[in-house]
Amino acid sequence: MVIRVRRSSEVPSSEITPESTYLDRRKFLGATAGIGAATFLGRGVAAEEAPIHGEEEPNSWEEITTHNNFYEFGLGNEDPSRNAHTLVAKPWTVRVDGLCAKPGDYALEDFIRPSALEDRVYRLRCVEGWSMVIPWRGFPLADVIRRAEVEPRARYVAFETLWDPDQMPERRWKPRIGWPYREGLRLDEALHPLSFLVVGLYGKTLPNQNGAPLRLVVPWKYGFKSIKSIVRMSFVRDQPRTTWSSDSPREYGFYSNVNPEVRHPRWSQETEKRIDGSRLFGYRRIDTQFLNGYADEVAHLYEGMDLRKHF
Amino acid sequence: MAPVAYLAVGFVRGSLGLLPVDTIILVEGRWALVFLLTTLAVTPIRRLTGWNRLARARRLLGLFAFFHAAVHFLAYAGIDKLFGLVAILEDVRDRRYITAGMAALLLLVPLAATSTRGWIRRLGKRWLKLHRLVYPAAALGVLHFYWKVRADTFWPLLAALALAVLLAARSPWIASRMRRGRRSPRGKAG
Repeated sequence: MVIRVRRSSEVPSSEITPESTYLDRRKFLGATAGIGAATFLGRGVAAEEAPIHGEEEPNSWEEITTHNNFYEFGLGNEDPSRNAHTLVAKPWTVRVDGLCAKPGDYALEDFIRPSALEDRVYRLRCVEGWSMVIPWRGFPLADVIRRAEVEPRARYVAFETLWDPDQMPERRWKPRIGWPYREGLRLDEALHPLSFLVVGLYGKTLPNQNGAPLRLVVPWKYGFKSIKSIVRMSFVRDQPRTTWSSDSPREYGFYSNVNPEVRHPRWSQETEKRIDGSRLFGYRRIDTQFLNGYADEVAHLYEGMDLRKHF
Repeated sequence: MAPVAYLAVGFVRGSLGLLPVDTIILVEGRWALVFLLTTLAVTPIRRLTGWNRLARARRLLGLFAFFHAAVHFLAYAGIDKLFGLVAILEDVRDRRYITAGMAALLLLVPLAATSTRGWIRRLGKRWLKLHRLVYPAAALGVLHFYWKVRADTFWPLLAALALAVLLAARSPWIASRMRRGRRSPRGKAG
């Protein structure tokens, strides 16, 4: 069983939502800690117990799965939920390559089987100015990096999303560096225990529009850093080119840490619209927190860096 | 009115997405530009076809454009910003797409206000002069659209192209040829 120390700033996964399946899951809790991922993908439910506290309520399944940014499936927030059914998430292969002792093409099941799955409730702050609270299921990115036996020269991890025009309908727009969508992290960021590889949502298999079957979640960075439908992870020496920072370097930096002090050139990042279905207009406006509220855990990664320059 | 009614029904039914106000702002902005460009198309089409009754529709189309621009603005200023004057003025100062959009809207206000018969009579020739403000308003509107989009510039560029064509059709050189092209088959003017 993986023992987790809850940090003060983490979103507690509390009174988990109206989702009945998710509530049902609790029947398993205690008995089924750390069930392998392959089991999860095959049958659905069990994972170890999420710590229970009370504070921020997760958004509903409906909200999380109908408001997405996944440009390969259209540029509107509702497009991915309409279009992503064409994504073939199974079978799936993840290529691990670059500066590591154990490169290879891994079947998804083999890729995640050695890890114990955990449920974690994270805030997600989109660079567009909206945010949600999401109960993910996954395992630490650090697990995979350790297993790959990364060489000391490697300083970054680069990620790629699947690009298959037959499965992905977006025709009109293409990023400046072309498809596939690319993201990256500094190795110490990637090794941070909060960096999470996700395979499930609300205890169920991750829906296509949310980045099935395997996505990254880096909760202290703007959502676009949390790359979806990953087919490749490369360990590299130099800072990799990433899709948005190449497309508009003035607007999106490599780091893209959530920071209310550093405005996007076209809008302020001081506040955010927390999606909230109980409100008349669908959201409540709240203050954006430095590093999305995870500063206690991750601020040390950026000590001595000018975050206005390295935005 | 129909698009607004459609949005109102959508809002009540909850079919405008998770952030319905964003949808309203987006859709109303589009309609404002569509009507603005349609208004500007009236004169070239009239010259080309000689269908002069079209001129009567121009004022109404212009008012539609203003109406949608106003709803677009009110959804932004009223719901998104809760009429927070400081926040709105900061937006106008800091964000060029809002600067452009606000300028476009302000230019449309006197045009809408003087669209009645009484004002047309009172202002006489000056009315035509005043209503040339529609050109910079449309240009600023298109610029506002272009600066706002994040990735896909297809529609803003198409709007810019349409505007360029409609403005070019007004150059005396082209305008006279359009008229001549229409008349020559009937042999009136060489």
